[in-house]
Amino acid sequence: MRRMFLPALFVAAAMFAFAPVYVARAPFESTMGLVQKIFYFHFPSAILMLTSAIVSGVGSAWFLARKRPSADRLAFAAAELTVLFGLLTLVTGPLWARKAWGVWWQWDARLTMSLLLWMIFVAYLLLRKYGGPGSETLSAGLAVFGMANVPFIYVSVNVWRTIHPKTTVVPTLPVDMSAPLWFCFAAFALLYMTLLTARMRLEEQRSQLEQLYLEIED
Amino acid sequence: MHEFFRVAWIIVKKDLTVEVRSREILYTTLFFAISCVLVFAVAFVREGAALTEAGAGILWIAIAFAGTLALGRTFERERHTETLRALLLAPADRPAVYFGKLVGIVALLAATELILLPLVALLFQAPLLGRPLLMGLLMAAGTIGFCAVGTLFAAMLVRARSRDVLLPILLYPITIPVIIAGVRGTLALLEQVPNEALARFWIALLVFFDVVFVTLSLWTFEPLMTE
Amino acid sequence: MKAVHVAFVLLIALLVFGHEGFAQPQPPAGPPPQIEGFVPVDSLPPAEQLPAARLLIIAYAFVWVAIFFYVWSLWKRLGKVEGELHQLAKRTGANAR
Repeated sequence: MRRMFLPALFVAAAMFAFAPVYVARAPFESTMGLVQKIFYFHFPSAILMLTSAIVSGVGSAWFLARKRPSADRLAFAAAELTVLFGLLTLVTGPLWARKAWGVWWQWDARLTMSLLLWMIFVAYLLLRKYGGPGSETLSAGLAVFGMANVPFIYVSVNVWRTIHPKTTVVPTLPVDMSAPLWFCFAAFALLYMTLLTARMRLEEQRSQLEQLYLEIED
Repeated sequence: MHEFFRVAWIIVKKDLTVEVRSREILYTTLFFAISCVLVFAVAFVREGAALTEAGAGILWIAIAFAGTLALGRTFERERHTETLRALLLAPADRPAVYFGKLVGIVALLAATELILLPLVALLFQAPLLGRPLLMGLLMAAGTIGFCAVGTLFAAMLVRARSRDVLLPILLYPITIPVIIAGVRGTLALLEQVPNEALARFWIALLVFFDVVFVTLSLWTFEPLMTE
Repeated sequence: MKAVHVAFVLLIALLVFGHEGFAQPQPPAGPPPQIEGFVPVDSLPPAEQLPAARLLIIAYAFVWVAIFFYVWSLWKRLGKVEGELHQLAKRTGANAR
């Protein structure tokens, strides 16, 4: 896995470098014009934020059930990535919204709940950093609740009258828009897997280090 | 099943007995909530009168703040007297312990809200008591949702460092949907002609949240409290 | 992530938003006021001519910078831990002899 890291990273970087070219060739959306192209980065970031929240929640649930350290490492890594991709979503979204809706932010269901999900995982990171010993278990509990949030976020645009586009938009995109979208999505997904693996490795090394320190003291 | 409720009831009785004797948490929580409301009432004054719609928000903010305080104090008391460890060592179903603590804290907040609701109605000239049954259901559903998550987190943070500041950090992002639903429901009932259908919708949503949160908490209480 | 990294990202975000115009008054929530009849884009009042290209570039730039920052932060943290591990291994190796 370690050997794969650099090549995977280069592939992801190359895909990211090519993405704007691909995106520039995609047709303009009729009502929003140029600014709609933020979509090609906003959508993958958002989906990966939600996915990462679920991964962290599942890892946490597994950790609570079986107390395996690898589950906790997965949960921690995924939580950090949820914060990262959430930040990307919450910045690209308003930049798009400023032009498309006229306002930076709206307190509608999806935006509010996405922001809350992001904050839950920021709280997770704070807990891990400042909670002292035993914070692995506590943060696992938090992440389980965070994961419970995700289905609400996804269906919120279909259930409530909201200004955010519905989930029916993406499946019905014309080919010359969906191709660059899925290309960008693949780039983001590859990046996500790479970062997740690397982050988990960091945790693994850290716990190895702690073990060594403990052994030395004996 | 019977055993579950029996254990929970024992814990509720214990908490109520301790509280009735000292009334410490009840008085301090109540006073804090009232101070909160007063500060906001002063902040949201326009032309000498407080805004009616602000009353809905302030009510729920006061409940959230006071609730956080009450949760912290309740478990601090348990930690101080080492009774939490005794509770966990007792041959009782852990989820039943959680449920007992939950009922106790909901009762405490309910007592606070009995005084808070008329106060907010008075200070903000908001007809909060116009539809008492619906308002009561709304408050109950919202309080239970907030306390369900709060009890779990407060219990699990008892042994953590920086527990005082961590409880609000962990609790608020998860319970803000409950607060939002409560405020929206209250606003629906505060309209010129109270919008009962909308209020019922928010109550139904809150009940759904309650079921999800209480279930999740019952499942995770045991692994979270075990070292 | 170290506090200084988070602060850096936030600073960039702030510069981005600040540049875009916190000074501009926020329009009210909801759709912007309807303009009667067809008005070609060039003749719109300047307030309505929001620079889409700039927003787009800022968005993409932010994504790149943030991701680069995170990868760099990971790399540094990994390097530090592995350095310590290496040192520790040398020490225990020396002690064992």
